[in-house]
Amino acid sequence: MRYSSIPYELVVVIAGIFVTLVLASLVTFILKKSKPSEDFTELTLRIKSWWMMAAVFTFAIIINRNISLIFLAFLSFLALKEFYSLIPTRRADRRVLFWAYLSIPVQFFWIYIGWYGMFIIFIPVYMFLLLPIQMILIGENKGFLNSVGSIHWGLMLMVFGLSHLAFLLALPTGDSHGAGGAGLILYLVILTQCNDVAQYIWGKLFGRHAVVPKVSPNKTWQGLIGGILTTIGLAFLLAPLLTPLSLRDTFLTGLIISIAGFIGDVNISALKRDLGIKDSGTVIPGHGGVLDRVDSLTYTSPIFFHFVHYFYY
Amino acid sequence: MNASLLSAKLMKLLRLLFSLCIVRPLILVVLGMNVRHRERLPKQGPAIVVANHNSHLDTLVLMTLFPLRLLHQLRPVAAADYFLRNPFLSWFSLNIMNIIPLNRKGVKRRESLFTGIYEALERKEIIILYPEGTRGEPERLDTFKSGIYHLLKECPEVPIYPVFMYGLGKALPKGTFLLVPFFCDVFIGEAMYWQEDRHAFMKELNKRMEKLAKEGNFKPWE
Repeated sequence: MRYSSIPYELVVVIAGIFVTLVLASLVTFILKKSKPSEDFTELTLRIKSWWMMAAVFTFAIIINRNISLIFLAFLSFLALKEFYSLIPTRRADRRVLFWAYLSIPVQFFWIYIGWYGMFIIFIPVYMFLLLPIQMILIGENKGFLNSVGSIHWGLMLMVFGLSHLAFLLALPTGDSHGAGGAGLILYLVILTQCNDVAQYIWGKLFGRHAVVPKVSPNKTWQGLIGGILTTIGLAFLLAPLLTPLSLRDTFLTGLIISIAGFIGDVNISALKRDLGIKDSGTVIPGHGGVLDRVDSLTYTSPIFFHFVHYFYY
Repeated sequence: MNASLLSAKLMKLLRLLFSLCIVRPLILVVLGMNVRHRERLPKQGPAIVVANHNSHLDTLVLMTLFPLRLLHQLRPVAAADYFLRNPFLSWFSLNIMNIIPLNRKGVKRRESLFTGIYEALERKEIIILYPEGTRGEPERLDTFKSGIYHLLKECPEVPIYPVFMYGLGKALPKGTFLLVPFFCDVFIGEAMYWQEDRHAFMKELNKRMEKLAKEGNFKPWE
């Protein structure tokens, strides 16, 4: 890999990510020194995880397109595995789940060859029709509806939804901007993750009125609106470097990523409330699991993708 | 260097490669582990790890829990009639999995049954044992058989570590070769010791396993 092969804009933004992380680590360090009586373990763990995730993610995205595809397919796999391990599944459905997992390499193969038509219908149409056939052949009627619905729902969120991130790489690269598909992924992922953090911080500081009290009592209007404004601000900072977006569309993508991120988050919260679980796993220390990191992305990825696809490609 | 020493070194290398290239990627990446109370695991032998048994994956998971430097000290106890039933499986079980074969049938005297285990404990190895006796129904905890009581009678000072695993019976239950990825949860209990009273000892051990199982609040797999 030649250094010069990485677009200048990406280098600037990635440097920005790491500068932010250094600042976050410094702030935590100062907090720990100035208030030794308080417990900052949770915060320290979270920032440590962010370092890890930022390192792995930026590495996977900038090296080359194929490594990015493999990385994103793997991310889909981890999220789907966490989902299928959380929900109640039937013993009879092992084979159905096996086919569901196999749809990941197939879906990412369509992306690899850039076949948009197949990418967009494979899971919503073909897997949707295929999974019940396997179930019928197994012949376990009890719990059929529940099972066929939840298995495909997981596939839609964790594979179909998240794979839109990867298709950003397959979009034709014009001369309009240097950062290409990797730039769009970086833009979407940074905005989505920062939106999560911003909504959390604004909510902590000024949160009074819950948006959906029954699903997520900690998500407040104050947090949501603060998050939206922060994300739009960040969008204006990043869009000129990473995307071909006009000023109007920069504003709109900031807005929709923020709102979609919120919905993706509470969507998984509702699932967890239903199952009676708080954190979905302990793979990432201090973070819950992979599902808790990608919940917002399951909504922001398809929505941002179709916005860009409709207006620019 | 004589031939047997050379072959022992070669086996150690093969075992290490098998663990690094197959077992650990399979358990950590394809399946994924959620381990609770990892700090309770023994740091060295002699020790006996007792666990519930649902799948062939159980042993691979227990081996992955320990650091690689303890790899050659890990000795799963496995049924001779099953794991030595053909030459290849026998070679693999004895050399790569490093099992201690146990004759489930046709042994009159208990002492000769456990000889291999006692020798291993003497060498400060860590024994992996499934007191349920067999893999059983997936994701259902069976009562432990009292063989463990008789085994420990001769070495009451060896600590026992109860471990409860969930999810592996879903990933690879008895009677299938189709592996389906599921996270596995591993709960490690505190060390306990042998007691003279057989009923009290077995009751205590079973109670500890049930307590570990309850930590996860898992629903039965229908």
